[in-house]
Amino acid sequence: MCLGIPGKVVRWLEREGTFAQAEVEFDGVRRVVHMACVTEAELGDYVVVHAGIAISRIDPIEAKRIFETIAEWGDDEGWRPERSDEAEAPQ
Amino acid sequence: MKYLDEYRDPEAARLLLDEIRRVSTRCWTLMEVCGGQTHSLLRHGIAAELEGMVELIHGPGCPVCVTDQEAIDFACQLAQRDDVILASFGDMLRVPGSRGSLLDARTAGARIQIVYSPLDAVQLARKHPEKQVVFFAVGFETTAPATALAVKQADRDQLDNFSLIVSHVRVQPAMESLVQAPDNRVQAFLAAGHVCTVMGYESYESFVKQYRLPVVVAGFEPLDLLEGILACVKQLEAYEARLENRYARTVQAAGNQPAQDLVREIYQICDRGWRGFGVIPEGGLELRTEYRRFDARTRFAASALPVIHVDECRSFDVMTGHLKPPDCPHFRKSCNPESPLGAPMVSSEGACAAYYRYGMTASR
Amino acid sequence: MNCPVSIPANADCVTLAHGEGGRLSRKLIQERIIHALSNETLQAMNDAAQLPRVMGSLALTTDSFVVSPLFFSGGDIGTLAVYGTVNDLAVSGAKPLWLTLSLIMEEGLPLVILDRVLESIANAAQQTGVKIVAGDTKVVPRGAADGLFINTAGVGELIAPIPPGAATLQEGDELIVSGTIGRHGIAILAVREELGLEPLPSSDCGSLLRPVECLRESMGHQIRCLRDATRGGVAAVMQEWAEASGMTLSIDERSLPIAADVRGISELLGLDPLHIANEGTMVIAVKSGAGSEAVSLLQSLSETAEARVIGTVKPRGIAAVTIRRTLGAEQPLDDPLGSPLPRIC
Repeated sequence: MCLGIPGKVVRWLEREGTFAQAEVEFDGVRRVVHMACVTEAELGDYVVVHAGIAISRIDPIEAKRIFETIAEWGDDEGWRPERSDEAEAPQ
Repeated sequence: MKYLDEYRDPEAARLLLDEIRRVSTRCWTLMEVCGGQTHSLLRHGIAAELEGMVELIHGPGCPVCVTDQEAIDFACQLAQRDDVILASFGDMLRVPGSRGSLLDARTAGARIQIVYSPLDAVQLARKHPEKQVVFFAVGFETTAPATALAVKQADRDQLDNFSLIVSHVRVQPAMESLVQAPDNRVQAFLAAGHVCTVMGYESYESFVKQYRLPVVVAGFEPLDLLEGILACVKQLEAYEARLENRYARTVQAAGNQPAQDLVREIYQICDRGWRGFGVIPEGGLELRTEYRRFDARTRFAASALPVIHVDECRSFDVMTGHLKPPDCPHFRKSCNPESPLGAPMVSSEGACAAYYRYGMTASR
Repeated sequence: MNCPVSIPANADCVTLAHGEGGRLSRKLIQERIIHALSNETLQAMNDAAQLPRVMGSLALTTDSFVVSPLFFSGGDIGTLAVYGTVNDLAVSGAKPLWLTLSLIMEEGLPLVILDRVLESIANAAQQTGVKIVAGDTKVVPRGAADGLFINTAGVGELIAPIPPGAATLQEGDELIVSGTIGRHGIAILAVREELGLEPLPSSDCGSLLRPVECLRESMGHQIRCLRDATRGGVAAVMQEWAEASGMTLSIDERSLPIAADVRGISELLGLDPLHIANEGTMVIAVKSGAGSEAVSLLQSLSETAEARVIGTVKPRGIAAVTIRRTLGAEQPLDDPLGSPLPRIC
């Protein structure tokens, strides 16, 4: 039971403690998410949200690793994802 | 969406499939533990692509499917009280108890509010001081931090009209009970990515050593799943049994400490009845004594109605990999999403529902 | 009822007396309804509307509207009622002419809310060129309705060429959707279940009259069938058309236009936009080769700027409706069961 969706932290409402909260954006909509478990996230970071609470901060370097591996298998031109994967600037 | 779309890239998926094909010399049997992974494997047609290379057994990782009928009956019973609003994740509404589902209870007049987050249920209790809000807390270790936080918040706000039916279940004891079965067929496990996000994966070290089975932590998108499957196949081909993390963008070895602290503060481990499995030792979580006042069973002291057992459903055989859903004698006949015999046909994560939905037919 | 207007004192609410047929009833009808919808046919207050003769054959449709909440981002029950009826006529090949309007009000409905809905109805009717020519009001005791229910009937004049219908679908025909999908259902869900989303997603509730007229005028003979994809979403229309034609309708997942917010919410709640209701988006089947012309035509109009070809008609294969997933696998597309429930699994 584990629908966890990545969203971008756009605004902190309460930074510290058990009741920490931030606004998190999911493709055009925002929702207040409980941040007690990921208080280290910075604005612009992506977090995995499950049932209204963030359970992890996504590591952008680890996120690229699979693509680097696959690129090595690809042809001479290498392989790159179809959609651009540029980091977005925090708002 | 960032971190979703790129992991659904067809060209990259093709390369991963080619690599699995290249390294595999025989057909291996893997179990993906989590129902979310089952759903994704079927939705994206990966299970079909792997035919002949990897047989996937869809594990018991759908908490909706393993929630005991007695808990559903209890929820329906409470929901029908005039003073109660029952709050639940949408997933639970169609799951049949022994006397119908929550949707049936709603038809009969029960007040049932679908919530996205347990914290929304706390909000509901604040908004309706004249009612008792009961939250149906189902879910694995992934969901337990959210419901624990809801208890913390209700405790802070001294809400005396919020309580939970705690039906949380734990993944690892269920995996143990699967591999200990004499007819176990599983050769490697894809561990549930979001459970590991919370709990970490260090606790699998002893599991891997004891049972000599590869365990690979995997995510939910097609590339995550294919990468996890490739890692399993590589180990199996090399006669290895190691623990690997292939969902490292989200999962760390020790998991999420604040989340574990929250869960530990509110809950303690208990034995729990799993639908289809029977009682699994240490298979669940219950409220600690200090928070027992938030337990709906304490608050309402309702005399539980006896569960009517009509178990034609063969969910146990499905979840242990001994029966593919389309091979079940009830599949698409007496059992379909409109009138399910058991939970796996109704939950969106359930293996039977996924096979039904994505049109898989009986195995050749 | 979730309403942006503050609820006034009892005196300003609909009471059972408003439904008894006496002075209060007349006052309600005269001062509010006829005043808002003013036209000569209604003003005559006859038991039946007397309508002028029309040239062509007639199309007749009826629909009931129950929506909670009554107001949502992008529309309300009034706009829904008019556009819904007009769209049913338009996609059937008719020019909408007259509507009837039946209001079933719950005791206690604030009159300001009724006024707002009537104003929406008047505006939508004016925009689509239909006249509301007959009506009825009933008041039911508190609890017997959810604020306000509306029933309409719509009459239109059939104008050639009339789309021949789904039974005539043939191999190679192209399937088009006129805009981004799932917006209405998501908008309603977001308000009703109080999901705390910002900004609230907006419904696509609107008229399809102009796009249908443009298509008919420019390429009428290329059209096989049209349908507004309301309850059950695009998937339900596909299922009905596949059953009517005995063909397989095959959709390409990657070509589906989905607005960013609908996509985000669908992922968050585990919903499939193909199964979610629309209220101003239609599916069109055109003859083989006519797809790109129809799409460019639709894209030139503001209402249908996001139109896309989403699939083709094939001989009956593995299922009535199939979807080619992102990774390339072709799978049956399930017929939706009941209303989509948000899930976290």
